[in-house]
Amino acid sequence: MITLEAVYVVAGLAFAGFALLSVRDRSNKRRFGNAAFWGLLAASFLFGSYLGDVANGALVLALVVLAGLGALGIGKPHTSTPEERRESARARGNWLFGPALIVPATALFGTLFLKNAHLGGVPLLDSKQVTLISLAAGAVLALGAAIAWLKPPLLAPLQEGRRLIDTIGWAAILPQMLASLGAVFALSGVGKAVGEIATRYLPLDRPYEAVLAYCIGMAAFTAIMGNAFAAFPVMTAAIGLPLIVHQFHGNPAIMAAIGMLSGFCGTLTTPMAANFNVVPAALLELPDRNGVIKVQLPTAGLMLTGNTILMYCLVFRF
Amino acid sequence: MLTLLGVAVVVVGFLVRLNPLLVIAASALVTGLAAGLDPLAILAAFGKAFNDSRYVSVIWLVLPVIGLLERYGLQDRARMLIARLRGVTVGRLLLAYFAARQVSASLGLTSLGGHPQMVRPLIAPMAEAAAEKEFGELPEQARLRIRANAAAVDNIALFFGEDVFIAIGSILLIKGFLQQSGVNVQPFELSVWAIPTALLAFLIHGARLVLLDRGLKKTAAPGEADR
Repeated sequence: MITLEAVYVVAGLAFAGFALLSVRDRSNKRRFGNAAFWGLLAASFLFGSYLGDVANGALVLALVVLAGLGALGIGKPHTSTPEERRESARARGNWLFGPALIVPATALFGTLFLKNAHLGGVPLLDSKQVTLISLAAGAVLALGAAIAWLKPPLLAPLQEGRRLIDTIGWAAILPQMLASLGAVFALSGVGKAVGEIATRYLPLDRPYEAVLAYCIGMAAFTAIMGNAFAAFPVMTAAIGLPLIVHQFHGNPAIMAAIGMLSGFCGTLTTPMAANFNVVPAALLELPDRNGVIKVQLPTAGLMLTGNTILMYCLVFRF
Repeated sequence: MLTLLGVAVVVVGFLVRLNPLLVIAASALVTGLAAGLDPLAILAAFGKAFNDSRYVSVIWLVLPVIGLLERYGLQDRARMLIARLRGVTVGRLLLAYFAARQVSASLGLTSLGGHPQMVRPLIAPMAEAAAEKEFGELPEQARLRIRANAAAVDNIALFFGEDVFIAIGSILLIKGFLQQSGVNVQPFELSVWAIPTALLAFLIHGARLVLLDRGLKKTAAPGEADR
């Protein structure tokens, strides 16, 4: 059976490749910093399952110190010139989109058809992780197809991958770090404490007050935690179920569905949701880390207002 | 209540623009100490959580193939494709992507988009090309604004589309949590009640994309004002 562990090995090898090529890149003054950072990440992917919790913690701490000290530069691997790119785009035409579309196509195919596939009585893929495994398989397949067609220099795929990962820099592990912080928050009971404060200090005597507190609370708590999934159980246990559903007899499906979507409004506003907001800014080479958030703020505000009104109009009626 | 100090660390750390990785580590330490854990236990808890969350970073496996295709002109080809179409503007192009992303997400196909796979190699260059076609050479400010908008469209369409699908993570989480609390709802009911918000998102952000075209006309075409 193919599990996530196999995907981690492939990713670990890619990161190891980035690290080794960083060492040789004299155009980058901080090349050893980059090599250490991607090398440690490679170690985490390759050996993390065998290292033990404290060793993994120490590894993370080393990554944090490297990033905190500004030890990473941006490597400049040799790549094609703008003229060569235009020339190649003209010559190769729309076929260039082919390999790029293999990635989502494979992810889609795997998710739809391989979930319960068996090979000799054994499940082919870990059924809980089908989408991720298919996505990784798609990336590998697409790369294979692109290499077979374009016949690039041997190290070009890794060098081009390094070019992109260096423009993202330490932000590449920010989402994973935030997910881990969420786990520590959960362990320490942060959610419960927020819920207690919300119920103790907010006026919640009328239906519209409960709806207002629940929707805005979902958005605000999501903005703090960076994740609506963390906010939902807390706010729903504190306000949604006891007040909107039990006391004022609202419809639980409407309360929960629109409540979660109010949380998503908070996700649009916060650097804590790094993979949606901060990483794209780095990927698109925006100088302002919050550039994407600023564009999203008006929509987030209008959507939260809209969700609150929708919930008030619908939840007590159906 | 002391455990909330960790949240304060995050808020202040982000506000004064310290390195976010440092802020997160400091917040984990403060939160753990406030909850009465000793430093080694916090380190172990964080290490375990980091190891368990490796799947979050698996997406970077797409970088070698995306980078390789860029080397052979993928972004340039995306630009050329747009340059040949008539009547394309930044707003209309992004609105079309918004609709495609929202509809596919509402069918559960959330992996048909995303920033590394779609926005950087295809959507952002296409949007820039649409603007160049209309206004010629773009000022840097307008170029950055267009890119940020391309990223935002991917997020907003995904968030307000995916919950219409019955087997998406958030719907299953809602069902699981309500069930534990003794309230039974069907995934189908939840996804039906996500539809009004999905329509609202299309109207609100669609209107903003139309306005984006107007805004770009003012800022990206300084020549117009001189005439």
